[in-house]
Amino acid sequence: MLKIDNLTASVGGTQILNGISLTVNAGEVHAIMGPNGSGKSTLAQVLAGHPAYEVTGGTVTFQGADLLDMDPEVRAQHGVFLAFQYPIEIPGVTNAYFLRAAYNEIRKAKGLDEVDPMDFLDLMSDRLKLVEMDEAMLQRSVNAGFSGGEKKRNEILQMAVLDPTLAILDETDSGLDIDALRIVAHGVNALKKPTNATIVVTHYQRLLNHIVPDHVHVLAAGRIIKSGGKELALELEARGYDWVLEEAGLATGAHA
Amino acid sequence: MSTDIEALVNREYQYGFVSDIAADTVAPGLSEDVVALISRKKDEPQWLLDWRLKAYRRWLTMKEPHWPNVTYPPIDYQGTSYYSAPKSVKPLQSLDEVDPELLRTYEKLGIPLNEQKMLSGVAVDAIFDSVSVGTTMKTELRKHGVIFCSFTEAVHEFPDLVQKYLGSVVPYSDNFFAALNSAVFSDGSFCYVPKGVRCPMELSTYFRINAAETGQFERTLLVADEGAYVSYLEGCTAPKRSTNQLHAAVVELVALDGATIKYSTVQNWYAGDKDGVGGIYNFVTKRGKAMKGSKISWTQVETGSAITWKYPSVILQGDDSTGEFYSVAVVNNRQQADTGTKMIHVGRNTKSTIVSKGISAGRGQNSYRGKVHVLPKAEHARNYTQCDSMLVGNACGAHTFPYIEVENKTATLEHEASTSKIGEDQIFYLKQRGLSAEQAVSMIVSGFCREVFKELPMEFALEAQQLLGITLEGSVG
Repeated sequence: MLKIDNLTASVGGTQILNGISLTVNAGEVHAIMGPNGSGKSTLAQVLAGHPAYEVTGGTVTFQGADLLDMDPEVRAQHGVFLAFQYPIEIPGVTNAYFLRAAYNEIRKAKGLDEVDPMDFLDLMSDRLKLVEMDEAMLQRSVNAGFSGGEKKRNEILQMAVLDPTLAILDETDSGLDIDALRIVAHGVNALKKPTNATIVVTHYQRLLNHIVPDHVHVLAAGRIIKSGGKELALELEARGYDWVLEEAGLATGAHA
Repeated sequence: MSTDIEALVNREYQYGFVSDIAADTVAPGLSEDVVALISRKKDEPQWLLDWRLKAYRRWLTMKEPHWPNVTYPPIDYQGTSYYSAPKSVKPLQSLDEVDPELLRTYEKLGIPLNEQKMLSGVAVDAIFDSVSVGTTMKTELRKHGVIFCSFTEAVHEFPDLVQKYLGSVVPYSDNFFAALNSAVFSDGSFCYVPKGVRCPMELSTYFRINAAETGQFERTLLVADEGAYVSYLEGCTAPKRSTNQLHAAVVELVALDGATIKYSTVQNWYAGDKDGVGGIYNFVTKRGKAMKGSKISWTQVETGSAITWKYPSVILQGDDSTGEFYSVAVVNNRQQADTGTKMIHVGRNTKSTIVSKGISAGRGQNSYRGKVHVLPKAEHARNYTQCDSMLVGNACGAHTFPYIEVENKTATLEHEASTSKIGEDQIFYLKQRGLSAEQAVSMIVSGFCREVFKELPMEFALEAQQLLGITLEGSVG
């Protein structure tokens, strides 16, 4: 489904990704782990097409098409979804209005008819249950005044509505308490299908107790320095990152 | 980066066409003779001619105001024509007699004057180059005692009402442009809602400038008698021309005891091209007088004009009266706007609310200028002002000039202000959900303006939202 080959990217002239290669197949869950500043979030942003990041080399193929050649909205219309680490506030725009607009754009791109507000509400009531959110939040402005946990749940709600082929969760666990973490993970698991795939970007292993990955990759200095199965995440949790960095010949620096 | 924002603010003005209609246009220039000629063409009574002449003489002694935060080359008042009317417009018995080209013009604008096709529940008066070309739903309104007609018609049919209220809120000596308007105004709308009547439908006036080198000087007078209610909307468009055209209108509202007037404007005059060539100078005086227990609410969505200079105001004359001002002003490219309101608290327990949303894009300059004045006898006056600016791109400007004058210690005034910049991150977030940059900007800006849009009648709120999107097209940069 997704093939990243020797991808390099920079932001503001500083190279962050130094040749990433990764293949994700339908039905798989991949975890991208790594210390702070390793380039995890950059990879997520580059895949979604954030304009601040410049791709300087390599290729990304998504379902046979050149992903890097697509505008961000076209990527979204093709089924790429990014759950933001810091969801953005859009004051004055209700969640319901925003979600329906997005849902209809993606339907239009697929050649399907737009859905009217009433039918959309029916669809929503089902999706809201998945993330244990109240219907009242549909009338609230997008993320404005939401708590950290509500914002993250709202991301998963959007994911549930838009039903992406490839979902990238960028540090979705950060700032979540145990209950919110459980709700978010439950949502992600419920949306899993043999035809879609998930990339979970995280610093900690704890989310991976709930969302079990098929593959775990360690990112450092803009490269994947180690890949393994779900047990790799447990090992990282127990031993930290230093041993992997040393194995890869990277200076470990002064970690706290 | 940010080519998105840039690509968005520059859509073509879609109302810029010119209609080929034979017009009766007075040669450029202004003198007592021209004032008298206009009055004669309209077969006006002597008192009105006298009033016009007094205004003209006063205007000669006045200076064009230069305190607004806008710049433009000197206006040649002798180079403008002060009267243009579609030929053969005189006494129309029905809309069937209207020049079909005119009807087509309004259909192009999406304003069908044909009564069968009328939006149900809205009565429209259409003003074409200063002259009213037809008022719809007149008969239906008369059943309720509501008078809604062209100003010229009102002068002939209801001279007492016109004479009683004309200039009672905006005297001819009020300011330079109001004096000019008083001298040369050619038509406009008149509305009177009798005591205790709730006007059964929205009233709407649609203004269109067609002729070149012509100023448009219309006058609107709206009187809501005791306990009456009326909701009124005006819309405006003009063809694209490379020269600037002056539009100096006056709107007077009178809300007698316990009456409510809701006055909404969607202003989309031609704004000039992206380099600032052409466009309308929209120098307008709008004011309402609110008597005891009455309420006047102004809502404006200002997206057009090269320069906008207007301050819809309320004189809170009577005790317990309420004034409101909800405004969205958008400038893009080289547009300039200096707009806001004045709330003059005269009576006791008077209350005013000001919500202003300014959006600046391109190289546009947007100024909010507002005055809250609490006079000595205005015990327990209250004002709440919220003034928000949004910047799109790096080359535009937002300015705020609030004036507060309080002469009574019991007054309570609140003022909130904010400035924000439409962010690349906000746009990216929405694009990541499948929306185009255009939809993203439009959505963010509509959200920003929501408090104002919700004051507009439903169908006009949608129109305003679309208009906003169009104005900002190409602005994402």
